Amino acid sequence: MSLLTPDPGLLFWMLLCFLIVAFILGKWGWPAIVGMIEDRGNYIEESLKKADEANAALAGIKAENERLAAEAKNERLEMLKEATKLKEKMIEDAKTQATVEANKIIENAKESIQLEKDNAVKEIRSQVAEISVNIAERIIRGELKSNESQIDMINKLLDEVNIAKS
Amino acid sequence: MSQSINNTFSKTGKLIFGILLVVLCFLGIIAFTSNSEESKGELNVKEMIFSHIGDAYNWHITTIGKQHISIPLPCIVIGQNGLDIFCSSKLGHEGHYTEYKGYTIAEEGSNAGKIVEVSTGERPIDISITKNVVSLLISCALLLIIFLSIAKKYKKNGFCKPTGLQAILEPLIVSLHDDIIKPSIGKNYKKFTWYLLTVFFFIFINNLLGIIPIFPGGANLTGNIAITFVLAALTFLLTNLFGTKGYWKEIFNPDVPIGLKCPLPIMQFIEFLGIFTKPIALCIRLFANMFAGHVMVLVLIGLIFVFSQLNVIAGLGFSFVSVLLVVFMSLLECLVCFIQAYVFMTLSALFIGMAQVEEEHE
Repeated sequence: MSLLTPDPGLLFWMLLCFLIVAFILGKWGWPAIVGMIEDRGNYIEESLKKADEANAALAGIKAENERLAAEAKNERLEMLKEATKLKEKMIEDAKTQATVEANKIIENAKESIQLEKDNAVKEIRSQVAEISVNIAERIIRGELKSNESQIDMINKLLDEVNIAKS
Repeated sequence: MSQSINNTFSKTGKLIFGILLVVLCFLGIIAFTSNSEESKGELNVKEMIFSHIGDAYNWHITTIGKQHISIPLPCIVIGQNGLDIFCSSKLGHEGHYTEYKGYTIAEEGSNAGKIVEVSTGERPIDISITKNVVSLLISCALLLIIFLSIAKKYKKNGFCKPTGLQAILEPLIVSLHDDIIKPSIGKNYKKFTWYLLTVFFFIFINNLLGIIPIFPGGANLTGNIAITFVLAALTFLLTNLFGTKGYWKEIFNPDVPIGLKCPLPIMQFIEFLGIFTKPIALCIRLFANMFAGHVMVLVLIGLIFVFSQLNVIAGLGFSFVSVLLVVFMSLLECLVCFIQAYVFMTLSALFIGMAQVEEEHE
Protein backbone atom coordinates (compact mmCIF):
# COMPACT_ATOMS: atom_id res chain seq x y z
CA MET A 1 0.00 0.00 0.00
CA SER A 2 1.28 3.44 -0.87
CA LEU A 3 0.46 4.69 2.62
CA LEU A 4 3.32 2.76 4.13
CA THR A 5 5.88 3.35 1.38
CA PRO A 6 7.50 6.74 1.80
CA ASP A 7 7.41 8.86 -1.32
CA PRO A 8 10.99 9.69 -2.41
CA GLY A 9 10.09 13.22 -3.52
CA LEU A 10 8.59 14.03 -0.15
CA LEU A 11 11.52 12.36 1.61
CA PHE A 12 13.89 14.61 -0.31
CA TRP A 13 12.01 17.82 0.42
CA MET A 14 11.44 16.88 4.02
CA LEU A 15 15.11 16.14 4.62
CA LEU A 16 16.17 19.33 2.91
CA CYS A 17 13.63 21.60 4.59
CA PHE A 18 13.99 20.09 8.02
CA LEU A 19 17.76 20.23 7.98
CA ILE A 20 17.76 23.83 6.76
CA VAL A 21 15.25 24.85 9.41
CA ALA A 22 17.09 22.94 12.10
CA PHE A 23 20.38 24.50 11.01
CA ILE A 24 19.03 28.05 10.94
CA LEU A 25 17.22 27.68 14.26
CA GLY A 26 20.20 25.86 15.75
CA LYS A 27 22.48 28.68 14.73
CA TRP A 28 20.40 31.81 15.29
CA GLY A 29 17.26 30.69 17.09
CA TRP A 30 17.72 28.33 20.00
CA PRO A 31 21.10 29.49 21.33
CA ALA A 32 19.84 33.07 21.53
CA ILE A 33 16.57 32.05 23.16
CA VAL A 34 17.88 29.43 25.56
CA GLY A 35 21.03 31.40 26.31
CA MET A 36 19.08 34.51 27.12
CA ILE A 37 16.63 32.59 29.28
CA GLU A 38 19.50 31.03 31.20
CA ASP A 39 21.34 34.32 31.52
CA ARG A 40 18.21 35.96 32.75
CA GLY A 41 17.64 33.19 35.27
CA ASN A 42 21.17 33.62 36.58
CA TYR A 43 20.78 37.36 36.62
CA ILE A 44 17.56 37.16 38.60
CA GLU A 45 19.10 34.71 41.04
CA GLU A 46 22.12 36.91 41.48
CA SER A 47 19.99 39.99 41.88
CA LEU A 48 17.94 38.30 44.58
CA LYS A 49 21.08 37.25 46.38
CA LYS A 50 22.45 40.78 46.13
CA ALA A 51 19.19 42.22 47.37
CA ASP A 52 19.33 39.90 50.36
CA GLU A 53 22.87 40.95 51.07
CA ALA A 54 21.94 44.60 50.71
CA ASN A 55 19.02 44.08 53.07
CA ALA A 56 21.29 42.47 55.62
CA ALA A 57 23.78 45.30 55.24
CA LEU A 58 20.99 47.82 55.57
CA ALA A 59 19.78 46.13 58.74
CA GLY A 60 23.34 46.33 60.07
CA ILE A 61 23.54 50.00 59.20
CA LYS A 62 20.22 50.62 60.86
CA ALA A 63 21.33 48.91 64.05
CA GLU A 64 24.53 50.89 63.96
CA ASN A 65 22.58 54.08 63.45
CA GLU A 66 20.34 53.27 66.36
CA ARG A 67 23.33 52.52 68.50
CA LEU A 68 24.94 55.80 67.49
CA ALA A 69 21.72 57.69 68.16
CA ALA A 70 21.42 56.12 71.59
CA GLU A 71 25.03 56.95 72.31
CA ALA A 72 24.56 60.53 71.19
CA LYS A 73 21.50 60.80 73.36
CA ASN A 74 23.41 59.51 76.37
CA GLU A 75 26.23 61.87 75.67
CA ARG A 76 23.87 64.77 75.40
CA LEU A 77 22.26 63.83 78.68
CA GLU A 78 25.63 63.60 80.30
CA MET A 79 26.69 66.92 78.88
CA LEU A 80 23.50 68.49 80.11
CA LYS A 81 24.10 67.03 83.52
CA GLU A 82 27.63 68.27 83.52
CA ALA A 83 26.55 71.70 82.41
CA THR A 84 24.00 71.84 85.18
CA LYS A 85 26.61 70.81 87.65
CA LEU A 86 28.98 73.40 86.30
CA LYS A 87 26.33 76.04 86.50
CA GLU A 88 25.56 75.15 90.07
CA LYS A 89 29.19 75.16 90.94
CA MET A 90 29.70 78.51 89.31
CA ILE A 91 26.79 79.96 91.20
CA GLU A 92 28.15 78.46 94.40
CA ASP A 93 31.59 79.84 93.67
CA ALA A 94 30.20 83.21 92.88
CA LYS A 95 28.26 83.13 96.09
CA THR A 96 31.22 82.20 98.19
CA GLN A 97 33.37 84.75 96.48
CA ALA A 98 30.74 87.36 96.96
CA THR A 99 30.47 86.45 100.64
CA VAL A 100 34.23 86.62 101.05
CA GLU A 101 34.36 89.91 99.26
CA ALA A 102 31.50 91.27 101.29
CA ASN A 103 33.12 90.08 104.47
CA LYS A 104 36.33 91.71 103.43
CA ILE A 105 34.57 94.95 102.69
CA ILE A 106 32.78 94.77 105.99
CA GLU A 107 36.05 94.08 107.72
CA ASN A 108 37.68 97.02 106.04
CA ALA A 109 34.77 99.18 106.90
CA LYS A 110 34.95 98.03 110.50
CA GLU A 111 38.65 98.66 110.58
CA SER A 112 38.31 102.14 109.18
CA ILE A 113 35.42 102.83 111.50
CA GLN A 114 37.55 101.65 114.43
CA LEU A 115 40.42 103.82 113.22
CA GLU A 116 38.16 106.84 112.86
CA LYS A 117 36.72 106.11 116.23
CA ASP A 118 40.15 105.83 117.82
CA ASN A 119 41.26 109.01 116.14
CA ALA A 120 38.13 110.72 117.32
CA VAL A 121 38.61 109.41 120.80
CA LYS A 122 42.25 110.48 120.74
CA GLU A 123 41.33 113.93 119.56
CA ILE A 124 38.60 114.18 122.09
CA ARG A 125 41.00 113.01 124.72
CA SER A 126 43.62 115.57 123.81
CA GLN A 127 41.04 118.26 123.60
CA VAL A 128 39.60 117.20 126.92
CA ALA A 129 43.12 117.24 128.37
CA GLU A 130 43.79 120.67 126.98
CA ILE A 131 40.48 121.90 128.19
CA SER A 132 41.03 120.41 131.61
CA VAL A 133 44.59 121.84 131.78
CA ASN A 134 43.18 125.19 130.87
CA ILE A 135 40.47 124.82 133.44
CA ALA A 136 43.02 123.66 135.97
CA GLU A 137 45.28 126.59 135.12
CA ARG A 138 42.46 128.99 135.58
CA ILE A 139 41.46 127.34 138.81
CA ILE A 140 45.00 127.28 140.03
CA ARG A 141 45.50 130.95 138.99
CA GLY A 142 42.44 131.76 140.90
CA GLU A 143 43.56 129.96 143.97
CA LEU A 144 47.20 131.18 143.90
CA LYS A 145 46.48 134.91 144.19
CA SER A 146 47.91 135.08 147.68
CA ASN A 147 51.38 133.93 148.83
CA GLU A 148 50.12 131.73 151.59
CA SER A 149 47.97 129.79 149.41
CA GLN A 150 50.95 129.36 147.06
CA ILE A 151 53.09 127.97 149.88
CA ASP A 152 50.28 125.65 150.99
CA MET A 153 49.97 124.44 147.59
CA ILE A 154 53.65 123.75 147.27
CA ASN A 155 53.66 121.89 150.49
CA LYS A 156 50.70 119.90 149.57
CA LEU A 157 52.32 118.93 146.36
CA LEU A 158 55.58 118.07 148.06
CA ASP A 159 53.68 115.86 150.46
CA GLU A 160 52.03 114.15 147.64
CA VAL A 161 55.40 113.55 145.98
CA ASN A 162 56.85 112.16 149.20
CA ILE A 163 53.92 109.90 149.74
CA ALA A 164 54.37 108.74 146.18
CA LYS A 165 58.16 108.20 146.91
CA SER A 166 57.54 106.26 150.01
CA MET B 1 -27.26 43.21 37.20
CA SER B 2 -24.47 42.99 34.67
CA GLN B 3 -24.12 39.29 35.41
CA SER B 4 -27.74 38.60 34.48
CA ILE B 5 -27.26 40.57 31.25
CA ASN B 6 -24.20 38.51 30.54
CA ASN B 7 -26.10 35.32 31.23
CA THR B 8 -28.97 36.22 28.93
CA PHE B 9 -26.50 37.28 26.29
CA SER B 10 -24.60 34.01 26.45
CA LYS B 11 -27.87 32.09 26.36
CA THR B 12 -29.08 33.92 23.26
CA GLY B 13 -25.61 33.52 21.81
CA LYS B 14 -25.79 29.78 22.30
CA LEU B 15 -29.27 29.69 20.82
CA ILE B 16 -28.21 31.63 17.73
CA PHE B 17 -25.19 29.40 17.35
CA GLY B 18 -27.36 26.29 17.57
CA ILE B 19 -29.81 27.55 14.98
CA LEU B 20 -26.97 28.49 12.68
CA LEU B 21 -25.51 25.02 13.01
CA VAL B 22 -28.83 23.38 12.12
CA VAL B 23 -29.33 25.66 9.10
CA LEU B 24 -25.83 25.01 7.88
CA CYS B 25 -26.21 21.25 8.22
CA PHE B 26 -29.53 21.38 6.42
CA LEU B 27 -28.13 23.49 3.58
CA GLY B 28 -25.20 21.14 3.28
CA ILE B 29 -27.41 18.09 3.00
CA ILE B 30 -29.69 19.73 0.43
CA ALA B 31 -26.72 20.86 -1.63
CA PHE B 32 -25.17 17.43 -1.44
CA THR B 33 -28.34 15.46 -2.25
CA SER B 34 -29.25 17.73 -5.15
CA ASN B 35 -25.69 17.52 -6.40
CA SER B 36 -25.57 13.75 -6.10
CA GLU B 37 -28.88 13.46 -7.90
CA GLU B 38 -27.49 15.51 -10.75
CA SER B 39 -24.26 13.58 -11.08
CA LYS B 40 -25.91 10.32 -10.12
CA GLY B 41 -22.56 9.43 -8.61
CA GLU B 42 -22.42 7.39 -5.47
CA LEU B 43 -20.05 8.74 -2.86
CA ASN B 44 -17.09 6.51 -2.39
CA VAL B 45 -16.15 7.23 1.24
CA LYS B 46 -12.93 5.28 1.11
CA GLU B 47 -11.75 7.22 -1.93
CA MET B 48 -12.78 10.50 -0.33
CA ILE B 49 -10.82 9.72 2.82
CA PHE B 50 -7.70 8.60 1.00
CA SER B 51 -7.72 11.58 -1.31
CA HIS B 52 -7.90 13.84 1.76
CA ILE B 53 -5.13 12.26 3.73
CA GLY B 54 -2.92 11.40 0.78
CA ASP B 55 -0.62 13.60 -1.20
CA ALA B 56 -1.63 15.38 -4.40
CA TYR B 57 -0.07 17.42 -7.19
CA ASN B 58 -2.51 20.26 -6.65
CA TRP B 59 -4.12 21.66 -3.56
CA HIS B 60 -7.82 21.01 -3.87
CA ILE B 61 -9.80 23.55 -1.88
CA THR B 62 -13.43 22.91 -2.75
CA THR B 63 -15.80 21.95 -5.55
CA ILE B 64 -18.75 24.20 -6.28
CA GLY B 65 -21.17 22.42 -8.56
CA LYS B 66 -18.84 20.83 -11.06
CA GLN B 67 -16.21 23.53 -10.80
CA HIS B 68 -13.07 22.31 -9.02
CA ILE B 69 -11.31 25.05 -7.11
CA SER B 70 -7.73 24.09 -6.49
CA ILE B 71 -4.29 25.61 -6.42
CA PRO B 72 -2.06 24.08 -9.11
CA LEU B 73 1.45 23.35 -7.90
CA PRO B 74 4.71 22.96 -9.83
CA CYS B 75 5.80 19.48 -10.90
CA ILE B 76 9.52 18.81 -11.03
CA VAL B 77 10.48 15.50 -12.65
CA ILE B 78 13.73 14.06 -13.96
CA GLY B 79 12.92 11.38 -16.51
CA GLN B 80 14.37 10.05 -19.74
CA ASN B 81 14.33 13.53 -21.30
CA GLY B 82 16.09 15.15 -18.40
CA LEU B 83 14.68 17.77 -16.04
CA ASP B 84 11.14 18.97 -16.66
CA ILE B 85 9.30 21.60 -14.68
CA PHE B 86 5.67 22.31 -15.42
CA CYS B 87 2.41 23.23 -13.77
CA SER B 88 0.26 20.43 -12.40
CA SER B 89 -2.84 21.89 -14.09
CA LYS B 90 -1.28 20.75 -17.43
CA LEU B 91 -1.95 17.17 -16.39
CA GLY B 92 -5.68 17.73 -15.99
CA HIS B 93 -7.50 16.93 -12.80
CA GLU B 94 -8.98 14.00 -11.00
CA GLY B 95 -11.16 11.91 -13.25
CA HIS B 96 -9.54 12.86 -16.55
CA TYR B 97 -5.80 13.17 -16.57
CA THR B 98 -4.10 14.37 -19.73
CA GLU B 99 -0.64 13.85 -21.13
CA TYR B 100 1.99 16.56 -21.05
CA LYS B 101 5.64 16.36 -22.17
CA GLY B 102 5.43 12.57 -22.08
CA TYR B 103 4.15 12.46 -18.50
CA THR B 104 0.76 11.70 -17.10
CA ILE B 105 -0.77 10.66 -13.80
CA ALA B 106 -1.49 6.96 -13.48
CA GLU B 107 -5.14 6.11 -12.96
CA GLU B 108 -4.59 2.74 -11.40
CA GLY B 109 -1.95 0.24 -10.43
CA SER B 110 0.81 0.55 -7.90
CA ASN B 111 1.61 4.08 -9.10
CA ALA B 112 -1.99 5.31 -8.99
CA GLY B 113 -2.18 9.06 -8.54
CA LYS B 114 1.52 9.53 -9.22
CA ILE B 115 3.28 11.02 -12.23
CA VAL B 116 4.48 8.30 -14.63
CA GLU B 117 6.12 8.33 -18.02
CA VAL B 118 3.57 7.61 -20.72
CA SER B 119 5.96 5.51 -22.79
CA THR B 120 7.10 3.09 -20.11
CA GLY B 121 4.60 3.52 -17.30
CA GLU B 122 7.59 3.83 -14.94
CA ARG B 123 8.07 6.52 -12.27
CA PRO B 124 10.57 9.26 -13.11
CA ILE B 125 12.57 10.88 -10.34
CA ASP B 126 9.80 12.99 -8.94
CA ILE B 127 10.60 15.93 -6.68
CA SER B 128 7.40 17.82 -7.42
CA ILE B 129 6.18 20.46 -5.02
CA THR B 130 3.13 18.51 -3.93
CA LYS B 131 0.47 19.48 -1.44
CA ASN B 132 2.49 18.02 1.40
CA VAL B 133 5.65 19.81 0.27
CA VAL B 134 3.79 23.13 0.19
CA SER B 135 2.46 22.42 3.65
CA LEU B 136 5.98 21.54 4.74
CA LEU B 137 7.31 24.80 3.31
CA ILE B 138 4.55 26.77 5.02
CA SER B 139 5.28 25.15 8.37
CA CYS B 140 9.03 25.65 7.97
CA ALA B 141 8.45 29.31 7.13
CA LEU B 142 6.20 29.62 10.17
CA LEU B 143 8.82 27.99 12.38
CA LEU B 144 11.52 30.32 11.11
CA ILE B 145 9.36 33.41 11.40
CA ILE B 146 8.17 32.57 14.90
CA PHE B 147 11.44 31.51 16.43
CA LEU B 148 13.75 33.95 14.70
CA SER B 149 11.44 36.81 15.71
CA ILE B 150 11.46 35.51 19.26
CA ALA B 151 15.22 35.19 19.25
CA LYS B 152 15.46 38.75 17.97
CA LYS B 153 13.16 39.91 20.72
CA TYR B 154 15.32 38.19 23.32
CA LYS B 155 18.38 39.91 21.96
CA LYS B 156 16.65 43.27 21.84
CA ASN B 157 14.81 43.13 25.14
CA GLY B 158 17.67 41.62 27.08
CA PHE B 159 16.58 40.80 30.59
CA CYS B 160 13.18 42.47 30.26
CA LYS B 161 9.91 40.71 30.93
CA PRO B 162 8.88 38.59 27.92
CA THR B 163 5.89 39.82 25.95
CA GLY B 164 3.52 38.49 23.28
CA LEU B 165 4.48 35.31 21.47
CA GLN B 166 7.69 35.18 23.45
CA ALA B 167 5.72 35.00 26.69
CA ILE B 168 3.52 32.21 25.33
CA LEU B 169 6.36 30.04 24.12
CA GLU B 170 8.91 30.74 26.82
CA PRO B 171 7.40 28.42 29.46
CA LEU B 172 7.17 25.68 26.85
CA ILE B 173 10.75 26.12 25.70
CA VAL B 174 12.00 26.36 29.28
CA SER B 175 10.16 23.26 30.42
CA LEU B 176 11.30 21.23 27.43
CA HIS B 177 14.84 22.40 27.80
CA ASP B 178 15.18 22.18 31.56
CA ASP B 179 12.92 19.25 32.37
CA ILE B 180 13.44 16.93 29.42
CA ILE B 181 16.52 17.66 27.38
CA LYS B 182 18.88 18.40 30.25
CA PRO B 183 17.95 15.50 32.55
CA SER B 184 17.53 12.94 29.74
CA ILE B 185 20.80 13.58 27.98
CA GLY B 186 23.06 14.68 30.76
CA LYS B 187 26.10 16.86 30.45
CA ASN B 188 26.38 16.79 26.67
CA TYR B 189 22.88 18.13 26.16
CA LYS B 190 24.03 21.25 24.34
CA LYS B 191 25.05 19.20 21.31
CA PHE B 192 21.47 18.02 20.76
CA THR B 193 19.30 20.95 21.86
CA TRP B 194 18.99 22.31 18.33
CA TYR B 195 17.61 19.02 17.01
CA LEU B 196 15.23 18.22 19.85
CA LEU B 197 13.67 21.65 20.11
CA THR B 198 13.31 21.90 16.34
CA VAL B 199 11.75 18.44 16.19
CA PHE B 200 9.25 19.27 18.89
CA PHE B 201 8.09 22.50 17.35
CA PHE B 202 8.18 21.08 13.83
CA ILE B 203 5.87 18.21 14.77
CA PHE B 204 3.69 20.39 16.95
CA ILE B 205 3.16 23.06 14.33
CA ASN B 206 2.51 20.51 11.58
CA ASN B 207 0.06 18.59 13.75
CA LEU B 208 -1.82 21.78 14.46
CA LEU B 209 -1.83 22.83 10.81
CA GLY B 210 -3.14 19.37 9.99
CA ILE B 211 -6.31 19.79 12.02
CA ILE B 212 -7.19 23.14 10.47
CA PRO B 213 -9.59 22.05 7.71
CA ILE B 214 -9.09 24.96 5.27
CA PHE B 215 -6.29 26.08 3.00
CA PRO B 216 -3.05 26.81 4.84
CA GLY B 217 -3.70 23.75 6.95
CA GLY B 218 -5.40 20.49 6.28
CA ALA B 219 -2.53 18.59 4.74
CA ASN B 220 -1.84 15.38 6.59
CA LEU B 221 1.90 15.97 6.87
CA THR B 222 2.80 14.34 10.17
CA GLY B 223 0.46 11.49 9.26
CA ASN B 224 2.69 10.77 6.29
CA ILE B 225 5.25 8.04 6.70
CA ALA B 226 7.93 9.90 4.71
CA ILE B 227 7.96 12.77 7.21
CA THR B 228 8.04 10.60 10.30
CA PHE B 229 10.63 8.39 8.65
CA VAL B 230 13.00 11.31 8.12
CA LEU B 231 12.55 12.48 11.71
CA ALA B 232 13.09 8.99 13.11
CA ALA B 233 16.11 8.50 10.85
CA LEU B 234 17.65 11.70 12.18
CA THR B 235 17.09 10.54 15.74
CA PHE B 236 18.70 7.22 14.79
CA LEU B 237 21.72 8.96 13.29
CA LEU B 238 22.18 11.32 16.22
CA THR B 239 21.83 8.46 18.69
CA ASN B 240 24.38 6.22 17.03
CA LEU B 241 26.86 8.71 15.60
CA PHE B 242 27.35 10.36 18.98
CA GLY B 243 27.08 7.11 20.96
CA THR B 244 29.77 6.66 23.58
CA LYS B 245 31.95 3.62 24.21
CA GLY B 246 29.71 2.69 27.13
CA TYR B 247 26.71 2.58 24.83
CA TRP B 248 28.36 0.22 22.34
CA LYS B 249 29.69 -1.90 25.15
CA GLU B 250 26.18 -2.34 26.49
CA ILE B 251 25.08 -3.55 23.10
CA PHE B 252 27.88 -5.96 22.25
CA ASN B 253 28.88 -6.98 25.76
CA PRO B 254 25.88 -6.38 27.98
CA ASP B 255 26.07 -6.80 31.73
CA VAL B 256 24.01 -10.01 31.92
CA PRO B 257 24.64 -13.61 33.07
CA ILE B 258 27.23 -15.20 30.81
CA GLY B 259 24.80 -17.86 29.57
CA LEU B 260 22.70 -15.26 27.87
CA LYS B 261 25.51 -13.97 25.71
CA CYS B 262 28.25 -16.56 25.37
CA PRO B 263 27.41 -19.58 23.24
CA LEU B 264 24.53 -17.88 21.47
CA PRO B 265 24.61 -14.06 21.27
CA ILE B 266 20.96 -13.72 22.31
CA MET B 267 21.30 -10.49 24.24
CA GLN B 268 23.60 -8.97 21.63
CA PHE B 269 21.03 -9.81 19.00
CA ILE B 270 18.20 -8.27 20.98
CA GLU B 271 20.21 -5.17 21.82
CA PHE B 272 21.33 -4.77 18.24
CA LEU B 273 17.77 -5.10 17.03
CA GLY B 274 16.82 -2.50 19.61
CA ILE B 275 18.98 0.07 17.86
CA PHE B 276 16.60 -0.12 14.91
CA THR B 277 13.30 -0.88 16.58
CA LYS B 278 13.43 2.23 18.75
CA PRO B 279 13.45 4.74 15.88
CA ILE B 280 11.04 2.59 13.86
CA ALA B 281 8.62 2.69 16.79
CA LEU B 282 9.02 6.47 16.86
CA CYS B 283 8.29 6.68 13.16
CA ILE B 284 5.23 4.43 13.24
CA ARG B 285 3.81 5.94 16.44
CA LEU B 286 3.68 9.49 15.15
CA PHE B 287 2.49 8.42 11.71
CA ALA B 288 -0.26 6.13 13.02
CA ASN B 289 -1.54 8.56 15.62
CA MET B 290 -1.88 11.48 13.28
CA PHE B 291 -3.12 9.34 10.43
CA ALA B 292 -5.77 7.73 12.61
CA GLY B 293 -6.91 11.08 13.93
CA HIS B 294 -7.45 12.39 10.42
CA VAL B 295 -9.21 9.21 9.33
CA MET B 296 -11.52 9.34 12.34
CA VAL B 297 -12.61 12.90 11.59
CA LEU B 298 -13.10 12.12 7.91
CA VAL B 299 -15.05 8.94 8.63
CA LEU B 300 -17.38 10.83 10.94
CA ILE B 301 -17.93 13.52 8.32
CA GLY B 302 -18.31 10.85 5.64
CA LEU B 303 -21.02 9.12 7.67
CA ILE B 304 -23.26 12.15 7.20
CA PHE B 305 -23.15 11.62 3.46
CA VAL B 306 -23.55 7.87 3.72
CA PHE B 307 -26.68 8.36 5.78
CA SER B 308 -28.06 11.13 3.59
CA GLN B 309 -27.70 8.85 0.57
CA LEU B 310 -30.16 6.59 2.31
CA ASN B 311 -32.56 9.27 3.34
CA VAL B 312 -32.50 13.07 3.80
CA ILE B 313 -33.99 12.84 7.28
CA ALA B 314 -31.48 10.21 8.38
CA GLY B 315 -28.65 12.38 7.05
CA LEU B 316 -29.99 15.43 8.85
CA GLY B 317 -30.42 13.51 12.05
CA PHE B 318 -27.02 11.96 11.90
CA SER B 319 -25.35 15.25 11.06
CA PHE B 320 -26.00 16.44 14.63
CA VAL B 321 -24.37 13.41 16.11
CA SER B 322 -21.59 13.60 13.62
CA VAL B 323 -20.84 17.27 14.20
CA LEU B 324 -20.76 16.70 17.93
CA LEU B 325 -18.42 13.76 17.50
CA VAL B 326 -16.19 15.69 15.11
CA VAL B 327 -15.98 18.59 17.54
CA PHE B 328 -15.05 16.13 20.26
CA MET B 329 -12.51 14.42 18.01
CA SER B 330 -10.98 17.72 16.99
CA LEU B 331 -10.56 18.75 20.60
CA LEU B 332 -9.01 15.38 21.30
CA GLU B 333 -6.76 15.88 18.30
CA CYS B 334 -5.56 19.20 19.73
CA LEU B 335 -4.42 17.27 22.76
CA VAL B 336 -2.92 14.51 20.64
CA CYS B 337 -1.04 17.11 18.58
CA PHE B 338 0.79 18.24 21.67
CA ILE B 339 1.21 14.80 23.18
CA GLN B 340 2.66 13.26 20.03
CA ALA B 341 5.14 16.08 19.56
CA TYR B 342 6.06 15.81 23.22
CA VAL B 343 6.39 12.04 23.10
CA PHE B 344 8.51 12.08 19.97
CA MET B 345 10.85 14.62 21.44
CA THR B 346 11.02 13.01 24.88
CA LEU B 347 11.76 9.58 23.44
CA SER B 348 14.35 11.01 21.06
CA ALA B 349 15.98 12.73 24.00
CA LEU B 350 15.91 9.49 26.00
CA PHE B 351 17.40 7.44 23.17
CA ILE B 352 20.12 9.99 22.61
CA GLY B 353 20.64 10.15 26.37
CA MET B 354 20.97 6.37 26.58
CA ALA B 355 23.75 6.53 24.01
CA GLN B 356 25.57 9.09 26.16
CA VAL B 357 26.22 6.77 29.12
CA GLU B 358 29.65 6.89 30.63
CA GLU B 359 31.51 3.70 31.34
CA GLU B 360 32.28 4.38 34.96
CA HIS B 361 28.58 4.66 35.78
CA GLU B 362 27.60 1.17 34.67
